[in-house]
Amino acid sequence: MLKLENITKVFHPGTVNEKTALIDINLHIRKSDVVCIIGSNGSGKSTLFNIIAGTYPVTNGTITFDGVDITHKAEYRRAMTIGRIFQDPTKGTAANMSVEDNMITAETKGMKRLKISLNNAKREEFREILKQIGLESRLKDNVGLLSGGQRQALTLLMTAMSRPKMLLLDEHTAALDPRNAQIVMDLTERFISEQKLTALMVTHNMQFAIDFGTRLIMMDEGQIILDVSGEEKKDLTVDKLVRLFKDIRKKTYATDAALLTTN
Amino acid sequence: MIEGIFVDGLIFSLMVIGILISYRILDFADLTCDGSVATGAAVATMAIVGGAPISIALVLAFISGVIAGMVTAAIHNKLKIPGLLAGILTMTMLYSINLRILGNKANVPLLRVPTLYTKLPDFFSFFKPEIASLVGTLLVVLAVKSLVDLWFRTDLGVSMGAMGGNEQMVVSQGINPEVLKLMGIGLSNGLIALSGGLLAQYQGFADANLGQGMVVQGLAAIMIGEFLFSSNRISLITLRAIFGAIIYKALLFFGRKYGYLVNITPNDFKLLTGILVIVSLFIAQGRSAASSRGARKKVLARNKVQEEIDA
Repeated sequence: MLKLENITKVFHPGTVNEKTALIDINLHIRKSDVVCIIGSNGSGKSTLFNIIAGTYPVTNGTITFDGVDITHKAEYRRAMTIGRIFQDPTKGTAANMSVEDNMITAETKGMKRLKISLNNAKREEFREILKQIGLESRLKDNVGLLSGGQRQALTLLMTAMSRPKMLLLDEHTAALDPRNAQIVMDLTERFISEQKLTALMVTHNMQFAIDFGTRLIMMDEGQIILDVSGEEKKDLTVDKLVRLFKDIRKKTYATDAALLTTN
Repeated sequence: MIEGIFVDGLIFSLMVIGILISYRILDFADLTCDGSVATGAAVATMAIVGGAPISIALVLAFISGVIAGMVTAAIHNKLKIPGLLAGILTMTMLYSINLRILGNKANVPLLRVPTLYTKLPDFFSFFKPEIASLVGTLLVVLAVKSLVDLWFRTDLGVSMGAMGGNEQMVVSQGINPEVLKLMGIGLSNGLIALSGGLLAQYQGFADANLGQGMVVQGLAAIMIGEFLFSSNRISLITLRAIFGAIIYKALLFFGRKYGYLVNITPNDFKLLTGILVIVSLFIAQGRSAASSRGARKKVLARNKVQEEIDA
C-alpha cells in the first residue's frame, strides 16, 4: 500500500546545523498492517511521519501510495487519503469554532463549495456520532472549551468520518491523562478494526507496542533497525526487545528507561 | 447631525467587516487595507466622473479591492513571507497605482455629477434628505452584511474560519490553504474598497491619502464591538463590528465637537485611536487572565472536595 524507497532526509544541508534525520529508509506497509513504531527521541520517528504526510520534502528517494508516486505531492493532496493525528490535541481541531462547524469541515475531504450542508438533519447525525464520546450536548460550544482529551477524541471521530485509507498516529495519547488516553485508545482500536484501516502508530511504550497491532518497527539514529511481524512479534517481550536493541546497536544506555518506557 | 454620524459609521462598518475577515476570521494581519480603501474610492470616483452608473462604479470598486487583496495573498503564498510584509508591499505599490487611477492627481472631486448621496434624497423623497442618505446606506450595509453572513455559513466559509483557527487542520482535511487565503483576503479587501467607494461619494471626493491609518481605526472599531457582547455566531460577530464602527465614529464626532474643552484637536486622533487599541488589548488580556484564575480556583475547590471525600 505504502512504499518508501531509499528515503533520506537531511535538514539544513550545507550549513553548520546540517542533520541527517533519515538514512536510506526502505519500508513497505501492506494493506491492513497496524504498525507500532518505537525508538528513542531523535531516532527519526516524527520525521518519518512528516515525510509520509508530506510536511517536509524528501532529500532523496521515492514514496508510492497504492501504486502512485506521491513523492512530490503537496501535503493537502496526500491528506485526501492519509489521516493524521498529532500528539498535540490542539492541532486537529479549530478552537475558535463550534463543534458542529469543525465536524462539517471534516465530513468531506477536499476544497469546499458554496453550499450550506449544516442543517438539522446533519446536526442530528453529528449528535449521534458524538454520543460515543459523551459530547452530544455540546454541538454549539466552541472547541476551545473542551479538554485536551475531549479534543483528541473529537479529532479521532472527525478523522474517522472522513474515511481515510491510512491512519498516522503520532503518539496521539501521550499528552493525555491515563483515563482519557485509554478512552482515545479504545476509540482508535475500534476505528481501525471497523474500517479495516492500515495504521502507523508512534509510541514510547514498549509493552504497548508489543501488544498492539500486527507489526513492530524499531528506529534508531535515522534507520529502521528492527522490523518484526506475525508470530515473531507475538513472542516478543520487553526484555527480548531491549536485548535485541543492544545486540543490533552494540550499545547500552545507562538505564533502559532512557531508551524507552516499559509501563 | 446625528444622521451624519450614522451614515459615516455605516460606510466605515463595511471596511470594519473587511478587516474583521482578515484579522479575526482568517488570522491574517493584512495592511493592504490602507491602500485598497483609497483604490476603491479612486476607482468609484473615476468611474462616476467618466459617466458610469453608480452601481457599476461600486461593483468596479469592489473588484479592484478583490484584486488588490489577491495580490497580497499571492505574494504571501508564493514567496512564503509573512502576511504583514506582503500587505505592506501591496499597500505601498497601491499608493502609486491610486495616483495613476486618479490621473496623477492627489485629489479628484465629485462635483456636479450624480452620486449615491445626491440620488438617495430623490429616491426616498418622502424622507428628509439626511434620513434618506441614512436609510439608503443602511440598506446597502445590511445587504452586504447578510451576504457575508451567508458566505461564512457555507462549507467554504466555514473552512475559511477553520483555517484562521488552525491551518494544519485545513491541510489535514485535504484543502489547499493558499486558495482559501486568496479568496478570503480578496473578499476582505473587496469590502474595504467598496467602503472606500461609498466614502468618496459621501464626502464628495477621492483622495490618494484616504487610507492612512485605516487599519488601526478598523481594529479599534472591532475591539469596541467585542466589548459589547461575546458570541461565536457569524451574524452576531458582523453585527457587533457594525455597532463598533458606529460607536467609533460617534467618539470621533464628539472628540471633534467637544475635544477643545480638554485641549484635544483632530491632530491627536491617531494617537488616541492607537491608545484605544492598546487599552482594549490590555483589558482583553486582563479578562482572560481573570477567567483563568477563576478556572484555577474552581479546580482547586473541586480537588479539595475530592480530598475530603477520600478522607
